[in-house]
Amino acid sequence: MHLHDLWFVVIALLWVGYFFLEGFDFGVGILTRVLARGETERRVLLNTIGPVWDGNEVWLVTAAGATFAAFPDWYATMFSGFYLPMFVILLCLILRGVAFEYRHKRDGERWKRNWEAIVFVTSLVLAFLWGVLFAAMVHGLPIGADHEYHGGLAELVQPYALLGGVTTTVLFTFHGAVFASLKTVGSIRHRARHLAQTAGGLTVLLLLAFLTWTQVGTGNVRSLIAEAVAVLAVLVSLGFNFGAREGRAFVASGLSVVASTAMLFLALFPQVMPSSLNAAWSLTATNAAAGSYTLGIITWVAGFATPLVLLYQGWTYWVFRKRIGVQHIPVAAHAPVHRVAP
Amino acid sequence: MYLALAPDTIARWQFGMTTVYHYLFVPLTISLVAITAGLETAYVRTGRTKYFHATKFWGKLFLINIAMGVVTGLVQEFQFGMNWSAYSRFVGDVFGAPLALEALLAFFFESTFIGLWIFGWDKLPKKVHCACIWMVSIGTILSTYFILAANSFMQNPVGFSLDKTAGKAHLTDIGAVLFQKLNLVVVAHTLTAAFLTGAAFVMGISAIHLWRAARLQRRGRPTDLKQVAAMRTSLRLGLVLAVIFGLGTAISGDKLGEVMFEQQPMKMAAAEALWDKEAPAPFSAFSVPDTAQRRNSVDIQVPGLLSFLAHKDFHSAVPGIDDTARAEAAAYGGSPSEYIPNVPMTYWGFRAMILFGMTSFSLGAAGLWLTRRKFWLAPEHRTGSFDVPRLMLTKNRELGAMASGLAWRAGILTLAFPVIANSFGWIFTAMGRQPWAVTGLLRTVDAVSPNVSLTEQLVTLIGFSLLYIALAVVELKLLVKYAGGGPVTSERPPLRDIKLGGESTLEGSPRDADKPLAFAY
Ligand code: HDD
Ligand code: HEM
Repeated sequence: MHLHDLWFVVIALLWVGYFFLEGFDFGVGILTRVLARGETERRVLLNTIGPVWDGNEVWLVTAAGATFAAFPDWYATMFSGFYLPMFVILLCLILRGVAFEYRHKRDGERWKRNWEAIVFVTSLVLAFLWGVLFAAMVHGLPIGADHEYHGGLAELVQPYALLGGVTTTVLFTFHGAVFASLKTVGSIRHRARHLAQTAGGLTVLLLLAFLTWTQVGTGNVRSLIAEAVAVLAVLVSLGFNFGAREGRAFVASGLSVVASTAMLFLALFPQVMPSSLNAAWSLTATNAAAGSYTLGIITWVAGFATPLVLLYQGWTYWVFRKRIGVQHIPVAAHAPVHRVAP
Repeated sequence: MYLALAPDTIARWQFGMTTVYHYLFVPLTISLVAITAGLETAYVRTGRTKYFHATKFWGKLFLINIAMGVVTGLVQEFQFGMNWSAYSRFVGDVFGAPLALEALLAFFFESTFIGLWIFGWDKLPKKVHCACIWMVSIGTILSTYFILAANSFMQNPVGFSLDKTAGKAHLTDIGAVLFQKLNLVVVAHTLTAAFLTGAAFVMGISAIHLWRAARLQRRGRPTDLKQVAAMRTSLRLGLVLAVIFGLGTAISGDKLGEVMFEQQPMKMAAAEALWDKEAPAPFSAFSVPDTAQRRNSVDIQVPGLLSFLAHKDFHSAVPGIDDTARAEAAAYGGSPSEYIPNVPMTYWGFRAMILFGMTSFSLGAAGLWLTRRKFWLAPEHRTGSFDVPRLMLTKNRELGAMASGLAWRAGILTLAFPVIANSFGWIFTAMGRQPWAVTGLLRTVDAVSPNVSLTEQLVTLIGFSLLYIALAVVELKLLVKYAGGGPVTSERPPLRDIKLGGESTLEGSPRDADKPLAFAY
């Protein structure tokens, strides 16, 4: 295996990790509107992801940074080609991060409501946009001989890409609902399970439609297997969810996120950004890659750092393994008593 | 088309704006996290509540600050690809590596352990909790190192080979990129400047509370003694750090100047508004550079000092702007005027950096003397740890009411001076490098994304500006509220020292299961 093929796999794994982890983050964000009744329940949901969302987001930072290093041309074409969507994604990520950290820092109904609304909207938009972008990328884009993107927004507003966006939105909502049922106690836990049931059903249909469409377009045997795993995993997760085996249901819903993301990358390989204008202009894992020296260096570092990252991120989940419910939410954030001297 | 609306101009505005903004938070993050870690260590080792309150207080300000550092960092990570795709294709091979290392080795570290620290007060044993914040601190320093290695490569490219046909630079020696002399000095200068920034911030905010307590006491009103104790410790810490790191910044800055004279003579010539080669070269104390006339309309100089700064003697020649521009034009083609950066910005950026930063250093030194506890102080003037320190000028003489008021106020007013100094320092560094994005290899005009339209660029420039302004208002309000509130002295340290795994997690298990979280969003 060439180093650049290995790095194609690594980049795929980073996105897989990102969607697995932030997938349920986004789902929980969406649930704050769909599931929670009242502020305390919203806070329960927010606190299930409180200690971990930032770490989850670094998977994205790493995916972007690693793409920059391993496939400079892929990074350049993708980020400049998806210019405005990337801008919207950044706006959402900024607002969402700040919303988590600042919402509880002041009392006041409006202040809190606004940040809560931001968490909901940005989670929804992000879940949708990532799906659209990945679908568009797999589908092929007007990339010229110069490796630059020569399209506009129209390439994104097409049925296949939009279906991709809807699919990820529902899939993440499902994944988030299963996560919420695993991490909470009380009535919200049971409602999360019920919601997961509905969302899961919808996910099966959407995954079948979207992934089969992908398969017909650019599929191969491996991507077909991944599609099957993705759909089956949702069904298995639904089964466990029905039997209130929440841990197992979460593993299975996670597997479906993993398999669907993997399916897209399998359908892509060996291209990384296929050109819809001329197949010869496509960016591939070979022609977009960095030199072998750079790839060698980052392989060593990734080989050393990744197990470490998995270890301490895993530890975080273990430290915060306790379920939480409305009874655990402290009444008021400790607001300072004094005012600034005039 | 207007020159002002050229794609590279907008991209530069956007990069400058977003990066300067990111860098408003970064130095405070780097220093406050270390200060918080130090205070928590003091708490864990001594068990004294004043350290606990101080830890919580500075920790909270640090968290408000880092939230912005993180989200604005995301923009940094994306915008190389968005606005500078030609640049990314050209140097991705070299530049991407430190960035990827930063994400893998530093960002995961910071973000994971910060979650543990925020939510872990009652979930982790004290020492482990304290170790978590140290991990965050190590993460911020690693992150600084890697990103600056990437920047140093742009300033002075090393460890690469040029593939002319593909138009790409290929990395050939990662060691050269990570450990080149410029980077070592830049890291030292940036980190010391970051700590000076935190020191001034801590000094200023402690001064607010101590001065307020002093005035309340004078009017015979009650004060929160625990708050005074926590703020007094913080003040002293801030003063000591300001002196140590102010000196460090000056020493490393001097060294950096030397390296710059050697590697980027144009930048330093512009920083000194030195148009022609001179030997001995004078240091400019005040000049008004006139770019059109290529001379200074006003010039106040210290003879020979510039030679000393560059070469450590008072007579060697230092090349000027015009001769350096001619040399560059001979080497890279074109006319000399293409190689001259914005001289007034570079000149004034350099001076603003030094002035604003060194003001905080001087105040630190003065404050350290005025608030001393024992040294050269009559015993009756010594104060205890629950008293507001008196500002003692000499052994027996206290600063008058008016002068002490001014002294406290000076500390408060300058609490953000090094933040300003840092911005100017970077503006000087980045603008003094123009017209190069990567010195000698890639011009800024050739670095922008060719396929991004002007409209798209304007949308993002305006969008980010509006969002950043709104967030600045929110962040400032929160900082004012929490900084002004002072340490919450009613807060108690977690009582039990939890052993890992000692707590039952099963639903419905007795006692602790329903206890509220120590911290919740
Ligand atoms: C509190 C902030 C602060 C203070 C007090 C100083 N600096 Fe500084 N300086 C910075 C903050 C800074 C910075 C923002 O951190 C920069 C920008 C790039 C860098 O590496 O550090 C910088 C850059 C910078 C550069 C350009 C480096 C380059 O182009 O790569 C030089 C030559 C100096 N400094 C020299 C000095 C000297 C001689 C100082 C004298 C006392 C000084 N600085 C004080
Ligand atoms: C260490 C990491 C940094 C990297 C990798 C970096 C990289 C860049 C790049 C790619 C550009 C655009 C190309 C150019 O104009 O030459 C640029 C310009 C600029 N950067 Fe930096 N930068 C870094 C740090 C900073 C910081 C911390 C600041 C300010 C606080 C800053 C301020 C600027 C400004 C003002 C410009 C615009 C200069 C001009 O175009 O005239 N940079 N930098």
